[in-house]
Amino acid sequence: MLLSLLPFYPLISFLLIVLLKKQLSWWQTSVLSVGAMLICAITSLVLLNTLNQAPDGVITSHLWRWFSLSDGDSFASVNFSFYLDALSAVMICVVSCVGFLIHLFAAVYMKEDENFSRFMAYMNLFIVAMLILVLADNLVLLYLGWEGVGLCSFLLIGFWYQEKANVLAARKAFIVTRIGDTSMAIGLFMLFNSLGSVNIVEVNELATAQWQVGNNDAYWICLLLLGGAVGKSAQLPLQTWLPDAMAGPTPVSALIHAATMVTAGVYLIARMNGLFILSPQVMNYVAWIGASTLLLAGFAALVQSDIKRVLAYSTMSQIGYMMLALGAGAWSAGIFHLMTHAFFKALLFLTAGAIIYALHHQQNIFKMGGVLKRLPFESGLFIIGLICLMALPGTSGFFSKEAIIAHLWSSPTAGQALWWCAILGALLTSIYSCRLFFIAFLSKERFSHQVENLSSVGLKISLITLAVLSLVGGFLAPDLSTVFAKASQEVSHMVEPQWLHAVAIATPIIGIVFSWFYFSKYRSVEPMNYQKAEQNQNPIVRFCFSGLGFDRLYEILLIKPFVAIARLNKRDVVDQLVMSLTWYIGLWRDVLVYSQNGLMRWYAAAFAIGLVCFIGGWLL
Amino acid sequence: MTAIPLEHVLILACILFTIGFFGVIVRKNTLFMLMSLEVMLNAVGVAFIGAGSVWQQADGQVMFILILTLAAAEVAVGLALLIRLQQRFKSLDIDCLSQLKG
Repeated sequence: MLLSLLPFYPLISFLLIVLLKKQLSWWQTSVLSVGAMLICAITSLVLLNTLNQAPDGVITSHLWRWFSLSDGDSFASVNFSFYLDALSAVMICVVSCVGFLIHLFAAVYMKEDENFSRFMAYMNLFIVAMLILVLADNLVLLYLGWEGVGLCSFLLIGFWYQEKANVLAARKAFIVTRIGDTSMAIGLFMLFNSLGSVNIVEVNELATAQWQVGNNDAYWICLLLLGGAVGKSAQLPLQTWLPDAMAGPTPVSALIHAATMVTAGVYLIARMNGLFILSPQVMNYVAWIGASTLLLAGFAALVQSDIKRVLAYSTMSQIGYMMLALGAGAWSAGIFHLMTHAFFKALLFLTAGAIIYALHHQQNIFKMGGVLKRLPFESGLFIIGLICLMALPGTSGFFSKEAIIAHLWSSPTAGQALWWCAILGALLTSIYSCRLFFIAFLSKERFSHQVENLSSVGLKISLITLAVLSLVGGFLAPDLSTVFAKASQEVSHMVEPQWLHAVAIATPIIGIVFSWFYFSKYRSVEPMNYQKAEQNQNPIVRFCFSGLGFDRLYEILLIKPFVAIARLNKRDVVDQLVMSLTWYIGLWRDVLVYSQNGLMRWYAAAFAIGLVCFIGGWLL
Repeated sequence: MTAIPLEHVLILACILFTIGFFGVIVRKNTLFMLMSLEVMLNAVGVAFIGAGSVWQQADGQVMFILILTLAAAEVAVGLALLIRLQQRFKSLDIDCLSQLKG
């Protein structure tokens, strides 16, 4: 019962805010939307507790039958029903708890905005869609939630629609993820065509029963589903939308583009583990996509100048870790990292938002400097976020990331090369985190305005709670062994060198020591025009700054030819055929209008000519 | 007295009719158009008279008298219209009356 109500709390709040938009004050809107999220969070925790006592570790809730599918002889009904197991329980807890804290923050952060109620309504709608996505018991309902979160992402990136750049970013995010969604839809069609079911549990069981490992159908379906996951989770090659998506308000970046929506792809692959396990080749692709994205995003994050873009690239790279984990068969570790990442990345984004607000919407780190002295509270929280991101021992990021790295070396679908990629990624992570910290927080102040502190109880509560979760999240490791029981591979007893773990633990610290010396000039008090110096000196830096040139590549390969074709066919060919009919009718109309000239003598002449023709024709 | 052959009468009627018709079409002045109409009516009258005399029937002459009365009535109405036209447009140009233009 509790389960079936879960997505309806934010839905009711969304509807009320939309309907009563004009009448509600700031206070009422906040109470409504944040209150709905609070109920959601409490319900999720209660559900998590009940799930532990459930006999088979599963709670289901059937609401109604949506529609039924049939392909001749077999028949499958698509239900609007929810399925809660350990995996989706982790997801709903992350979505609703982190969602609640971000809503609380957003209510304070967006108070001055004139479209505050619209913002909160969209945020609530997003939570509805996300909960449907993670709770769906069949892939069609999952797809509904999948598209719903895409829509909300689009609406919220373009929330300040008066500025053209925001609208363009929203459109880009929508179109790029649409490519992935299309591939996923085709995958779903193929899946239903070959297995005759869309229910997630049934599909996983049927696939295991009917197909051998390495089956061709399984390969293609997994590849298409992977396409969907890649689009949503901003992985190579569909990663270009995420940095631009930072055009939205900061709470949106925290909620949608860091903590929840972008991890939907990871969730999808983990959910369909029974299918992916049948196709080791695709698992290998997943691992390689994750590894290359994490390196690419790491390099790009090294040279960014916008604090939110640094965090966006780091999000991409952390999701790369999750993909790498899934590809290596370390399912639980991937989901664990998803959870801890949601905590510390939400913390980082929200703190960044508070700092940006305090500095009068200054996002350029080269124009910050000395934030540590001026905003000690926010800086302290940001440091906590950064050490979790770097995975220093003891923090939540450490437990999850080490769990991933530990699996890689001996995994049959990953291997040593990917292990080295992950280590290099960890090194990059700590270097760009340090760079960000040195430039923005140490050195001399480079801003002239007075800082404007956001001091509100709600904001502090949400930030401190997230900081605590980030620090202790490592001890909240979910037990997913029941979900992935079948999928967990037998560990090949390959001899692992002793130094593996030592290297993995030491890497972030090496990164910090390296950047302490390498970026020493950023720590210096001397105000220098770093940004210019950094960008002018090196073409490689500029290349990394633009996200390794993917935007440019896609523009040349896809956008330009498409626009050229569109321009060529500006006067639509098919349209011309239809329009020729109207041209023909218009012609006759003109003739008749011309003949109706009102001149007596003309009519008389026409009459006579007509008579002559008629009689002539009759006589002959 | 040699009888005039019917062909000659009909050719004369045709020529008169055509002249009258072209007069109606070509002239802009309404008065001249009415006059040309009279020519056309009389051309028809000639044809009837010729035909009546060839077949020795009275019908041809009856028709001519009918046409004559018709022409008188038509001229009465036409001249009245002509006066209204002159009053309204200060000219007798028939092309002034083109308000029914499409």
